[in-house]
Amino acid sequence: MSEPASTHHAHGHGAHDDHHHEENFFLKYFWSTDHKVIGMQYLLTGMFMALFGGFFPYVFRMQLAFPGISVPFYGVVSPTEYNALVTNHGTVMIFWVAMPVLIAAFGNYLIPLMIGADDMVFPRLNRLSYQVFAVSVVVIIASFLVPQGGFGGAWTAYPPLSANPDYNLTPWGSTLWLVAVALEFIAFLIGGINFITTAMNSRAPGMRWSDVPMVVWMICIASILFMASVGPLMAGAVMLAFDQNLGTHFFDPKAGGDPILWQHLFWFFGHPEVYVVLLPATGIVAEVITTFSRKKLFGYKTILYTAIGTGVLSFFVWAHHQFIAGIDPRMANVFTVTTVLISIPIAEMMFLFIATLYGGSIRFKTPMLWALSFIALFMIGGVTGIPLGASGSDIYLHDSYYVIAHFHYTFFPIAIIGSFTALTYWFPKMFGRMMNETLGQVHFWITAIAVNGIFIPLFVLGAAGQHRRIYNYNHFAQLSTPDLQALRILATVSLVILLLAQFLFLFNFFYSMFFGEKASKNPWKGCTLEWTTESPPGHGNWPADQLPTVYRGPYEYGVEGRDEDYWPQNVPN
Amino acid sequence: MHGKPIANTRSATGIPTAKLAVYWLIGSEIVIFGGVLISYLMHRLGHPEWAYDAAHTQTWIGAINTFILLTSSLFAVQAHHFAEKKEGATAARWLYLTALGGGMFLCLKAYEWYGEISHGYTITAAPFWSFYYTAAGIHASHVIAGMIIMLFVAQTAKKNEELHRVENVGLYWHFVDLVWIFLFPLLYIAK
Repeated sequence: MSEPASTHHAHGHGAHDDHHHEENFFLKYFWSTDHKVIGMQYLLTGMFMALFGGFFPYVFRMQLAFPGISVPFYGVVSPTEYNALVTNHGTVMIFWVAMPVLIAAFGNYLIPLMIGADDMVFPRLNRLSYQVFAVSVVVIIASFLVPQGGFGGAWTAYPPLSANPDYNLTPWGSTLWLVAVALEFIAFLIGGINFITTAMNSRAPGMRWSDVPMVVWMICIASILFMASVGPLMAGAVMLAFDQNLGTHFFDPKAGGDPILWQHLFWFFGHPEVYVVLLPATGIVAEVITTFSRKKLFGYKTILYTAIGTGVLSFFVWAHHQFIAGIDPRMANVFTVTTVLISIPIAEMMFLFIATLYGGSIRFKTPMLWALSFIALFMIGGVTGIPLGASGSDIYLHDSYYVIAHFHYTFFPIAIIGSFTALTYWFPKMFGRMMNETLGQVHFWITAIAVNGIFIPLFVLGAAGQHRRIYNYNHFAQLSTPDLQALRILATVSLVILLLAQFLFLFNFFYSMFFGEKASKNPWKGCTLEWTTESPPGHGNWPADQLPTVYRGPYEYGVEGRDEDYWPQNVPN
Repeated sequence: MHGKPIANTRSATGIPTAKLAVYWLIGSEIVIFGGVLISYLMHRLGHPEWAYDAAHTQTWIGAINTFILLTSSLFAVQAHHFAEKKEGATAARWLYLTALGGGMFLCLKAYEWYGEISHGYTITAAPFWSFYYTAAGIHASHVIAGMIIMLFVAQTAKKNEELHRVENVGLYWHFVDLVWIFLFPLLYIAK
């Protein structure tokens, strides 16, 4: 079936970037099948989209804090534009930032390195995955440039608003939005199959399933969750596209359709999606916490079973998004129970991370600060979710700023803090240089404080009954609350500070990439396999005859009787 | 341009890598069709009056198409049989026959749809017809994809290369066949 591996690696090579010297710049960086290059492509695209999707809240929060002003670098915001900005902030941040960075970028970069393989099992399929993703990026950006502008029906795209251009006023934008999201799903299905198959079949000799680093497990479980949940929404997307463009009435109650069907299809995907991005972030945090507390990960198997349990349970909680959509109250009871249940495994996971810290010799480097802030902020996010998961209190809190604050206390730690944890931790491996520690810590503290400055006021606003998705509160006598305006301004100012702080990171990132201190093979003294090769690794990751063999688990820190406090996976004894 | 990575030659699970990936692909497809079929079923159970529209589907054409697809699956098994015996040229011929089955299925479906559309039963005529064309249309796009892949696989199999692909494309074809086994009773027989 397959030619022996040695045939194309046979011609002798001291350095292992052997047969790639002849490739030109374009082939190397845009047409490469190397998992590391594809990971970087996903990473840089995700970072670019983070700027794009991060600019939107600046515009709409300025409108909320100072209604009607001409926003600097944008102009006066119209109601339609406001809706498009809110909608696409959510869409872009989840589908074009969180997923590409946490799953695709680090999945691509880390899986082969951490399991001791030279590449993904299907390198060309991997390239195809990024290319489909790149097309989806073009389509979502193009959706802003068409007549009537971008789609404004919220990231959940509920029909009939999303299905009928007479209501949403964006006949082009809504279809392009749907096409972009569907393309993104296809890219991640292709990528996910590659990830799972690679991790299942291509592990280094000697690597048992309990020797696989936690982040690899988490990315694979996330890929399986994605694969198992996105199908019905793919079908739903086809149906919605037909409603928009062919005149079918799948979701139109006037003609025998059912708008609630879309809500079921959307949230059957939408809630597992939370765990699709959460699990890779917890995996990243697990790696960083063990390395920087110089202690074995507490409860490896428990964390793993917990993650699998969370994944299974996440398919039975979706209707908690629909408590006030008119579902049967008896069904609401069932979904309340499952929703509150799912907080148990997640809480357990957080406690296991804290138990890992206990008694460790903790080093507060930038990645560790990010990992610790993930635990702190995500706990706030988790606990504030319980009043929303309980159907009784949700009736009051639904559609208020409380929901937004809760959501961002979960997704900010996942998407932003999780990404920064991973970026600062694996940067030396990816680029062969160290990031500036002082700049990193300054950036960390400003970001970590500013994010609370944004979302604590939103909790208060929501508890005070402020509706979300309102363009200008002064337009409605009952909603106009001048006494709460100071909180809105506080949130907006904090957001501006948070966004400005990101330029520190960008400077640090690009400056260190070229002028940072050179990194050794293993700057953090980690045990996993990626630290046993060069920084950055050459093509093929290791010389073909020196692919590692694994002798033990991934977190053997502080083993007694050894000279050093870590015992890499590939060292025989 | 590139050789296969060493990663592709390993098999920690004992299942060949390509086959494993096909299983995952089929898994992801099952949930797509599952979403369509469950949405349809829930509506169908809630709307008994859809039966009046369903009465206009042509069960005989559906039955003949079922027979054609099942027969083509048998041909795919034959192709696998000869691929196992390393007789690539014979395997390729059976693959062409399998793809021909898919082609006949599509021709018959086109004839059927032409008749229905010309009688006014278009995709917008009623919710039943929306589901009918959407579900069968998504299935038909998989038939087309399967045929294209099969022709590619046959090209390499003819030269006795990559014979494991014959089994993998067969697995996919059986899955496409199986989806139809669900669609046929739901769209044609249930009146």
